[in-house]
Amino acid sequence: MRMPDPDEQAIGRRRQLVEGLRRIVPGEGVIVDEESLTAYDCDALSAYRQRPLAAVLPETVDQVSRVLRLCGELGIKVVPRGGGTSLSGGSLPVADGIVLAMGRFNRILEIDLANRQARVQPGVTNLAISKAVDADGFYYAPDPSSQIACSIGGNVSENAGGVHCLKYGMTSNNVLAVEFVTLEGEVIRFGGGYDQPGLDMMGLLVGSEGLLGVITEVTVRLLPKPETQRAALIGFPSNRRAADAVAAIIAAGIIPAGMEMMDKPAIKVTEDFVHAGYPLHVEALLIVELDGPKVEVDHLLAEVEKIAKENGAETCVVSETEAQRLTFWAGRKAAFPAVGRISRDYMTMDGSIPRGQLPDVLDHIAELSEKHGLRVANVFHAGDGNLHPLILFDASKPGELEAAENFGADILRKCIAVGGVLTGEHGVGIEKRDLMSEQFSEVDLDQQRRLKDVFDPAGLFNPGKVFPLLHRCVADGRMIVSAGANYAFPDLPRF
Amino acid sequence: MPLDILKAGDEAAVADILKQGKPVEITGGGTKLGLGRPVAVERRLDVSALSGITAYEPAELLLTAAAGTPLSQIEATLSQHGQCLAFEPPDLSQLLGAGAGQTLGGVVATNLSGPRRISAGAARDHVLGLRAVNGRGEIFRAGGKVVKNVTGYDLPKLLTGSFGTMAVFTELTLKVLPAAETEETIALPGLDCAEAVTVMCQALGSSAALSGAAWVPGTGVALRLEGFGPSVEARRQRLLALLGRDADVWAAPASKAWWREMRDLAPLGSGAGQAVWKISIPATQAPALLEKLKSLGEHKAALDWGGALVWVSLPCGTDAKAGDLRALLPPDAYAMLMVAPAEVRASQPVFQPRPAAQMAIEEKVRRSFDPDALLNPGRMV
Ligand SMILES: Cc1cc2nc3c(=O)[nH]c(=O)nc-3n(C[C@H](O)[C@H](O)[C@H](O)COP(=O)(O)OP(=O)(O)OC[C@H]3O[C@@H](n4cnc5c(N)ncnc54)[C@H](O)[C@@H]3O)c2cc1C
Repeated sequence: MRMPDPDEQAIGRRRQLVEGLRRIVPGEGVIVDEESLTAYDCDALSAYRQRPLAAVLPETVDQVSRVLRLCGELGIKVVPRGGGTSLSGGSLPVADGIVLAMGRFNRILEIDLANRQARVQPGVTNLAISKAVDADGFYYAPDPSSQIACSIGGNVSENAGGVHCLKYGMTSNNVLAVEFVTLEGEVIRFGGGYDQPGLDMMGLLVGSEGLLGVITEVTVRLLPKPETQRAALIGFPSNRRAADAVAAIIAAGIIPAGMEMMDKPAIKVTEDFVHAGYPLHVEALLIVELDGPKVEVDHLLAEVEKIAKENGAETCVVSETEAQRLTFWAGRKAAFPAVGRISRDYMTMDGSIPRGQLPDVLDHIAELSEKHGLRVANVFHAGDGNLHPLILFDASKPGELEAAENFGADILRKCIAVGGVLTGEHGVGIEKRDLMSEQFSEVDLDQQRRLKDVFDPAGLFNPGKVFPLLHRCVADGRMIVSAGANYAFPDLPRF
Repeated sequence: MPLDILKAGDEAAVADILKQGKPVEITGGGTKLGLGRPVAVERRLDVSALSGITAYEPAELLLTAAAGTPLSQIEATLSQHGQCLAFEPPDLSQLLGAGAGQTLGGVVATNLSGPRRISAGAARDHVLGLRAVNGRGEIFRAGGKVVKNVTGYDLPKLLTGSFGTMAVFTELTLKVLPAAETEETIALPGLDCAEAVTVMCQALGSSAALSGAAWVPGTGVALRLEGFGPSVEARRQRLLALLGRDADVWAAPASKAWWREMRDLAPLGSGAGQAVWKISIPATQAPALLEKLKSLGEHKAALDWGGALVWVSLPCGTDAKAGDLRALLPPDAYAMLMVAPAEVRASQPVFQPRPAAQMAIEEKVRRSFDPDALLNPGRMV
């Protein structure tokens, strides 16, 4: 993956930079030794690595401001980093810049249950917020499967989703305010209550992938925990019938908490791995989860079952216990590692399409699989049309990596052709950067670039991400997983 | 000043008009010309001819329509399929003294959201994609026509609520949702503001999943339950047990009628000679604010969004008491002047003044879309 050519003069100012940083952040907060720096070489898209000039771990907002001012003066690039779990290379360092790691901003500042909100520092993990209010019967709704490791600051920057965002929305629908530091070191609060005092700048910052500034505080909404959660596991004779059932459930006015789909290859691989009790004779499997008051969940599950049967469901099991519900999910959550067991390498796509296009796009992916001579397993958030096709390949065989890359790019092109988009939740990062011009016109992109210029005219924040480089390289949008070993966070469940 | 009305027949015409480089006031149905700072320009760009639903797939939960499409047409189409705009856009034409006929573009430009905002989100949470023309006369697209999308900056959120000061919407794609099968309201009469906020916070913090929580002096607290029949019934029983107070239960027709009035701010009266303020505040601070508002003299106040939204109407006078009212606000609150005669809206800050650094960056962001300040100039000051 090509990155912008490093600025040699900036690299030449490294000593001055480090001295300046040490005056701002004392002791071990400035990391320069090669060994400790390796921890910052990559994010979860670990096929790409880069040693930064230094990593700095500020502890106060004032330190963040001063670090940014120093970098502005010295022309040093800044890559903000939270938990480092980005799947799109969002927190990949650059050779001529520092990593600004927000891990020490790990305090929950205020929990306000009466107003159902919490003010937290950006380095707090997603799950830690829910845990802090669990005993009081509340939680923070967006639940990326990386939630034990990813930070709320990273969630805000990527506008992270999760299986339950069908009903509860993404990060952007669940934050109320952010505090933000500009390159000039200015500290600004955006957002507030349920509406905005001026322009919705918070709306712009959520999902801005670390390109505009550093988030130093987030106010999130808390929700009361649902009383009951139950799931149905439903098998269908074809992808098309499963997709029809998804459409029919929604058309019946039901918005499940989550609605996930797996195709036959994905069912087989995960069942072999986790033994979740998935039916092996079906072509497609749906997991439909409902939450809320028990009567509502029971009532709607009966509806879902009826709709599934009308759409040709061959099997339908509804969870009777919490253990059984978790078993249903176990296979789905283990889909990525399960594929990793049967294939030396695989790559994951994140395209998002209109739901009605699911059957056609799946048929097309099957054709592409023939054309490129590679296997594919499909798991996806069917409720909101967010695909995660897993392309299986073996990088040690000549030509297979290229074939996989071409396959992946073809899938994303198809997503765009049917009215979809490049990424539903993982972000553009470096990974899909060069495909942006397939989705957007130059006018569209220029409008976005001008916003970048407002905040960062010198291009110091997270360069080489989101926007296509001037000289385009091979268009590809994928995450490569190579033989498990170089894959970050192997223990986390994956959606 | 004689107004030159330029009627654009399509998106290309909008672009052509803007390329002429002269400032315009943008209008659709014209119902919100009295919202925000008055715009002093000689040309009015009328986009009401950009009308019609271009795509609606109920199973996709998506609707795409030209920006000038009347909201009533959209709502009628949605309701035929049992769906709705979940953010419950209010109709403030009565209050603003304007005619009927608000358009989708106007609703999105002002981010107007009704009582259901607390559970379903605001207009900004439902705008997925758009086509628009910026101040350079360039047609651009942003967002997408899918429910889940993080590709590029979230311009739909930034542009929602920008009062037409950054771009002229030509087409909008919105997320739509199933309308509730039924609804009921639990009414607790006779509570004062402090008791009301305590009750609303308690109810909103429970698993009752309320879709409305408001307080009107005289009426008391209204708590709305929406959803499938059996669910509404179960939640009602649970909620009544939790609150342990005497309550009335309004069935669907009464409940619907009451929330429509609340949505459109009928409890504040007709608006003649009145100024109306919209104040955002952490709900638990609302009672103290209401106490302080007494120093302003004659006024009416009501709470929505569980207390996080305070509506105040008072005799307008020459300044709508802007300075006095804002001086009473705690640090986390902000106020917008929603209704007042043009002279007052011209002389007083309509939007809450924000710290200089924040205003400066907002202004630069606005200029990145509209460098020569051609679009509704001054509207959002
Ligand atoms: C196993 C696994 C499962 C995953 N599952 C999901 C899923 O279900 N849904 C989903 O949406 N994502 C998922 N992800 C992707 C990832 O976890 C999310 O994108 C997450 O939001 C990243 O958070 P982070 O703290 O790790 O951020 P990082 O990776 O450190 O950074 C992400 C981006 O945010 C910027 N950034 C971080 N902190 C700040 C800050 N304070 N200020 C400004 N910019 C900042 C960085 O520069 C970078 O561009 C998964 C990842 C893994 C590894």
